[in-house]
Amino acid sequence: MRRAALVGIGAAALVAAVALAQGGPPEPQRQIPNPMSGRHFATPETLAIQDDDFLNPAFLWVEEGEEAWNRVEGTSGQSCASCHQDARETMRGVRARMPAYHPRLQRVVTLEQQVNICRTERMGAPALPIDSRPLNAITTFIALQSRGMPVNVDISGPARPFFDAGERFYNTRRGQLDMRCGSCHEDNYGRYLRADLLSQGMSNGFPTYRLKEQRVISLQFRLQGCVNDVRGEAPPMGGEEFTNLEFYLAWRAQGLPVESPSVRR
Amino acid sequence: MAAPIGQPRVRLPAQVRAGEIIEIRTLISHVMETGQRRDQAGNVIPRDIIRRFEAKFEGELVFAMDLAPAISANPYIAFQFKAERPGRFEFTWTNDAGESRTATQDLRLA
Ligand code: HEC
Ligand code: HEC
Repeated sequence: MRRAALVGIGAAALVAAVALAQGGPPEPQRQIPNPMSGRHFATPETLAIQDDDFLNPAFLWVEEGEEAWNRVEGTSGQSCASCHQDARETMRGVRARMPAYHPRLQRVVTLEQQVNICRTERMGAPALPIDSRPLNAITTFIALQSRGMPVNVDISGPARPFFDAGERFYNTRRGQLDMRCGSCHEDNYGRYLRADLLSQGMSNGFPTYRLKEQRVISLQFRLQGCVNDVRGEAPPMGGEEFTNLEFYLAWRAQGLPVESPSVRR
Repeated sequence: MAAPIGQPRVRLPAQVRAGEIIEIRTLISHVMETGQRRDQAGNVIPRDIIRRFEAKFEGELVFAMDLAPAISANPYIAFQFKAERPGRFEFTWTNDAGESRTATQDLRLA
């Protein structure tokens, strides 16, 4: 343990020196440079549902989201469409570049949070509960407009500290099983954990229709499940820790096509 | 109280010739609560499923199905139909409480 820590400090010093020389933090290196989408680990039966927009039950959420997009709500008498017009054009690429740094709020926000920011600050409407059906409906509808586009989040400049926090969360061992995220999704992908074939834990398919839950789930709901699996204490959905983690996960999946709404067991 | 029967989705092929056998696909948003699960307090969650699906063409029953509690949420039902003439389909989903939801769709021939 002690030796590993010393090596760690040595490496950190080296990294800091490089950073000073270049005038910014060094480019992070991905553990998995050529990521594979979760679809490579899904069964043909599950993929048959995902690949058929009619069979895929997530499209019920898409339709609800589209209706909500055009619905006037709140004290300012506006709908999402009042400001953003046709989502097919204005929301194209949004899911691929989120989470993103929000200059006015000076922090990274997820797509879910941005929707609620617009509702509370612009529409005078109440925030939708995290992972609720109406919120998942609107984010699934928005995500669909980026389907097939490569994930491409910007971690530079003021976004970097949030990314670093997410990376630390990812690499911290936790729970009674004392495991980090990578213990399963980097060191053991392609192997079975009980009935589950472990994937690389990529986030490009979210929101996703989970057959086990029989509903669309948000990424952070899945993350709570993963932390609970190692018998750890999961932070709240929508909080800072999971937001930063989601940002880090998006960067891990950089280049993979957005596949939302995917279908998973 | 029964859960709401959500928005139905129905799809017929776009181009249909007379005499062609077509597939009609339907999907409805519903919880399909089995009656075998318990809530966090340990109480049985009452059964609440779509019990029956019926499809009529020009008022005549052409397909029907009784559903079982083991069918998963948001049931998908597809069936085949021989298209002889244009007309109107009426699809009805009915739950345990006897409430129903209907969708209609027109069959046009090329
Ligand atoms: C009164 C105008 C207004 C309304 C209404 C509004 N928004 Fe926004 N929206 C904005 C502005 C301005 C931004 C830029 C970021 C900010 O200031 O928060 C934005 C940004 C966004 C973004 C990020 C876009 C990007 O390119 O990164 C999304 C997603 C979004 N809004 C979704 C919604 C949804 C969903 C609704 C309806 C629930 C909605 N907005 C309603 C004004 C509005
Ligand atoms: C004990 C093993 C284990 C650990 C540790 C673990 N997960 Fe998972 N995770 C799973 C399993 C099992 C699944 C479902 C099958 C799959 O996609 O790997 C899953 C799925 C996922 C998915 C969804 C992948 C998809 O394509 O739908 C993401 C994202 C994810 N995990 C992220 C994480 C993160 C972030 C952490 C750390 C907080 C973590 N996991 C820790 C076991 C684990």
